[in-house]
Amino acid sequence: MLIRILQDIALMGGIGVILALILVLAQRWLSNYGEVTININGKRDLTVTGGETLLTSLGDKQIFIPSACGGRGTCGACKCQILDGGGPILPTEKPLLTKQEMGDNVRLACQVKVKSDIKIQIPDEIFNIRRFHSVIEEILDYTYDIKGVTFKLSEGQTIDFKAGQYVQLETKPYGKVKQKVMRAYSISSKPEIKDRIQLIVRLVPEGICTTWVHNQLKVGDEVDFTGPYGDFYLRDTDADIIFVAGGSGSAPIKSMLEHLREVGTKRKMTYFFGARTVKDLYLEEEMRDFEEYFDDFEYVPVLSHADETDNWQGKTGFVMPYFKEAIRDPKNTEAYLCGSPGMIAAVTKSLINDYGIAEEKIYYDSFG
Amino acid sequence: MDISAFVLFWAAIFTGNILLTYFLGMCSYLSVSREIESAFGLGVAVFFVLVVTTALNWVVYHYILVPFGIVYLQYIVFIIVIAAFVQFLELLIERYTPALYYSLGIFLPLITVNCAILGVSLFMIIRNYNFIQSIAFGAGSGIGWLLAILMLAGIRRKLKEKMVPAGLRGAGISLIITGIMALGFIGFSGIVQIQ
Repeated sequence: MLIRILQDIALMGGIGVILALILVLAQRWLSNYGEVTININGKRDLTVTGGETLLTSLGDKQIFIPSACGGRGTCGACKCQILDGGGPILPTEKPLLTKQEMGDNVRLACQVKVKSDIKIQIPDEIFNIRRFHSVIEEILDYTYDIKGVTFKLSEGQTIDFKAGQYVQLETKPYGKVKQKVMRAYSISSKPEIKDRIQLIVRLVPEGICTTWVHNQLKVGDEVDFTGPYGDFYLRDTDADIIFVAGGSGSAPIKSMLEHLREVGTKRKMTYFFGARTVKDLYLEEEMRDFEEYFDDFEYVPVLSHADETDNWQGKTGFVMPYFKEAIRDPKNTEAYLCGSPGMIAAVTKSLINDYGIAEEKIYYDSFG
Repeated sequence: MDISAFVLFWAAIFTGNILLTYFLGMCSYLSVSREIESAFGLGVAVFFVLVVTTALNWVVYHYILVPFGIVYLQYIVFIIVIAAFVQFLELLIERYTPALYYSLGIFLPLITVNCAILGVSLFMIIRNYNFIQSIAFGAGSGIGWLLAILMLAGIRRKLKEKMVPAGLRGAGISLIITGIMALGFIGFSGIVQIQ
């Protein structure tokens, strides 16, 4: 009887072992792509182990392609041109690519797996993107839900960025959040300061990273981030400028203004800051200082939901109707917008249709 | 059982449709029938897995389970054979046809637990089919399942533009349609009986 039981168990186990063995061998044989070469811009060759996504393979070699969703294929930030060896466009990429991009072999680096030698084209700026290790130096409460956090880079590291660009913070697991996530925040300090950066973070209800920043981080904590990313930066021209921001969108604008103060400018500039109530206004003093310092700079806060109790004397409603005074010559005006997608869409539409500003002169950074 | 493989193949499609007669494999049938394209992808995957796992399970049953007297372990053995094969298939198509992997690969995990697959393996044992009959039965069942999900997907596409009472939208109306299709298929049952 005992022998019978043991024999049955052995047989059952044997079947399991054989199937497992087949799978293990198949995994070894089928998922082993050996060493493959990634050729970047026809210049650099990287040798990596095949089978990983392009985003991960490049990250392992310290080349950081922007990615806001952390490789889940939902943000479309990691687009890059694959000249050769990328395989067919996958259904997971299609929703995020335009027809023209598909024609230009633009792909999502987080979806394409490197299985054979591959040739890619990426902007040279990406080589400038690094990973930084930092310690939190200061946390300021700007409003009840907006904090300004200063990160001091570890000894010897410096960051080169253009005013308006952003970095990606890497959260550490906390509470119920078991995974680390990456989230993008614009740098609010000026590029002249190279050994530390400031970010402005608004608490988003249920937001993984903003909750982490607001409730978990303390002065002295260590945080990693990568950057700088983004083509939203101050253009070096003589054109008049309209800045428009809402909520924590003032971060890149602050960086640009501080940078302009360093280098000196005679440009006519107007900054429209949209907020709900007086409680949501911040950096007021800094803006008044800018108004005194620059020859031609005006700060215009506009409240959409001003309370009776606020006793608000300033402008109310949407920001768009107030652009008129700020625009002397639509052909010689640039606009820099930073805020929610809804606000950016509305402002862009108004600038083009109502004020005649060319679409290519409107630069924006939109966050969800 | 003395019935030709050819007859069995057709019978498995029409008179004994695995889905419309035995109501096996309903979960993925209801959830993946929103679009014809993905319904077809899943249907093809089910067909292929059915044919191969039926053959594999027949061999395992008659050459391992019966000789060693462990027929009572057939459920668990069949399930791990199906699971291992689906896993293997996933590795294989990821390597050689990435495009197919992304259109079909997402359905493979669904197939591991599709009752139609296990059902066919069990029917073939209960009804005592030989190897050729089993493959014909597996292939017929697979095509029958594909046919059923394609029909539902087609009808659901038409339904998108129609007024469906709010309480019936989604799974409700799909089940009613499936019931009506099943009634229609009873019409075939006079042709040949395989039960």
